[in-house]
Amino acid sequence: MRVLVGVKRVVDYAVKVRVKPDKTGVITEGVQHSINPFDEIALEEAVKLKEKKAATEVVAFSMGGPKCQEVLRTALAKGADKAIHIEVPDADASKLEPLHVARALKKIIENDKFDAVFLGKQAIDDDANQTGSLIAGILDWPQALYASKVEPDGKYLKVTREIDGGLDTIKVSLPAVLSADLRLNEPRYATLPNIMKAKKKPLEKKSAKDLGIDVTPQTKVLEVSEPPVRQAGGFVDDVSALITKLKEKGFIKA
Amino acid sequence: MLSSSVLRSSSSLSSVRSLLTAASAASKPRHDVEGRAPPPLNQLSEHELTLRDTVKRFSHDVIKPLVRSMDDSSTMHESVLKGTFANGFMGIEVPEKYQGPESSFFDAVIVIEELAKIDPSVSVFVDVQNTLVAPLIFTLGTEEQKQKYLPRICHDWIGAFCLSEAGSGSDAFALKTTAKKDGDDFVINGGKLWITNAGHASFFLVFANAEPEKGYRGITCFLVDRNAEGVSVGKKEDKLGIRASSTCPVNFDGVRVHKSAILGEYGKGYKYAIECLNAGRIGIGAQMIGLAQGCFDASVPYLQERKQFGSRLIDFQGMAFQVSEVGMEIEAARMLVYNAARMKEAGLSFVKEAAMAKLYSSIVASKTTSKCVEWLGGVGFTKEFPVEKFYRDAKIGTIYEGTSNIQLNTIAKLIDAEYKAKA
Repeated sequence: MRVLVGVKRVVDYAVKVRVKPDKTGVITEGVQHSINPFDEIALEEAVKLKEKKAATEVVAFSMGGPKCQEVLRTALAKGADKAIHIEVPDADASKLEPLHVARALKKIIENDKFDAVFLGKQAIDDDANQTGSLIAGILDWPQALYASKVEPDGKYLKVTREIDGGLDTIKVSLPAVLSADLRLNEPRYATLPNIMKAKKKPLEKKSAKDLGIDVTPQTKVLEVSEPPVRQAGGFVDDVSALITKLKEKGFIKA
Repeated sequence: MLSSSVLRSSSSLSSVRSLLTAASAASKPRHDVEGRAPPPLNQLSEHELTLRDTVKRFSHDVIKPLVRSMDDSSTMHESVLKGTFANGFMGIEVPEKYQGPESSFFDAVIVIEELAKIDPSVSVFVDVQNTLVAPLIFTLGTEEQKQKYLPRICHDWIGAFCLSEAGSGSDAFALKTTAKKDGDDFVINGGKLWITNAGHASFFLVFANAEPEKGYRGITCFLVDRNAEGVSVGKKEDKLGIRASSTCPVNFDGVRVHKSAILGEYGKGYKYAIECLNAGRIGIGAQMIGLAQGCFDASVPYLQERKQFGSRLIDFQGMAFQVSEVGMEIEAARMLVYNAARMKEAGLSFVKEAAMAKLYSSIVASKTTSKCVEWLGGVGFTKEFPVEKFYRDAKIGTIYEGTSNIQLNTIAKLIDAEYKAKA
């Protein structure tokens, strides 16, 4: 089984995100970026399958500006065998949409045979949650989204999904699209020996233009704004004062 | 190593000639890629950034929750010990041939600095292995010694550097431990003090005098396994700072080793000790700048948050200017450390720069941590905040791997030699 894993470069989860003064987006200049944490989980699962000999090769994929190479090198250090970077100019990168990424994935899969596409269930920057379903639709492959457990079973994948109040176990035939949920695994660190080995692994660069991928935006961002600032609370002396206050504010019936 | 406060100063032991080469080495032309400006010192390469990220995550996820309890109990948690090996932090420059990552000295600096931002004890644990123990073996070891030690250094063995003794700290070559020749063997007798990582060590690099009548020219380095008969590790020191790092006396009581346990050449131990401690100082510099940065990182947000007289603390000019000054000094110290490390990698003489980097970063670390405690006021004085620990941890920087006075000595002698050469 050859697995193609999508790794998106996003603002690091630990960064306190700030909105640009003109409200067109968030500040990304000089801000720490890393692999989208859900993609990291998808990658970890693919690498684990390879370690269990259930997968033969893991190829990491990223679409975006030149700096995507950094996350691809990290993906290689975490166990991917090869990396493919579909490059778009920085100016276009911020306007990329899930559909563009799904189309790029399709191009890669047309040129090279893969048995599965693993992705994070969503990216932590735009929270679009679309790429997995779009690529499954475009390729007409079955999809197993929000996976919390993956068991390879010959020509199938048995996938457990966490749903409201329980678990849903499904079986999809390969080739298939899989998206990773938070509790699927705990990704490893890129260890120093593997960082050194990653330098020698192949990283293929293609431009979106050369591949004929149309990246014309379909959506226009009207405004990005900060969440409202939480008002500071107050202190009361005792429980009866608290109850009086709550009644005053109409939170409990008098 | 605590005491490895070495050494009268390297210059007194090197010939004037080598000093002259040292002075001119810095003026060697740089090998630039045609048409490209030299990169800024604080700009790291792609793989260096990836490594820093790994260390940062490890520090935050694994070490940070344990810092206080490890400090309280003076122990290094098992998950930290194992994690430093598992992530490849322990034999950074060890060649691939011996199952190491075959990475660079600068990578060691990155790891040491980044760990120190969270816990300087873990940082020194990794520092000694990478800047003293491993380099001595991969540069001087016989093939047999390399096969035996290097793979284990990367995977599960801690080595400890045994130079200091009760009567020889800064005056390291006054060491009294002897290695008496007996046929093909040597019998080692003596007591070493303040040995970093001794509590966890599987083997020791022991400096002993095989011919006391020849003075320091009798000093020889031996590889001694912990389980060798006559080796005993004493009670852990109860220290002011870096408490999670074990520092113990180690006694050698008639320890018999074969002559094949000599590391490098017989009688050259003094030279090896000086040389590896030169590089070691860059490591301590890295620990000190990481420590200062970690303390600063833990303090500035508090100054932005806390209000008195209706203003944020950082908006008072008296505070703001102090913050600027400390921020600037940390940056300056970091550049000294990075430059010394890059010089070492470029094969240039770095003795003076290493001494300056170590001395200045230890000064900056002491000042930064002291200021941070003051800035945070009452809470800075409590254990609820990490700054008081950084304050305690910083002090060792002025003592180990050459006290501040020893660094000043080294720097002065080298400056003297440079100007003599110009005359």
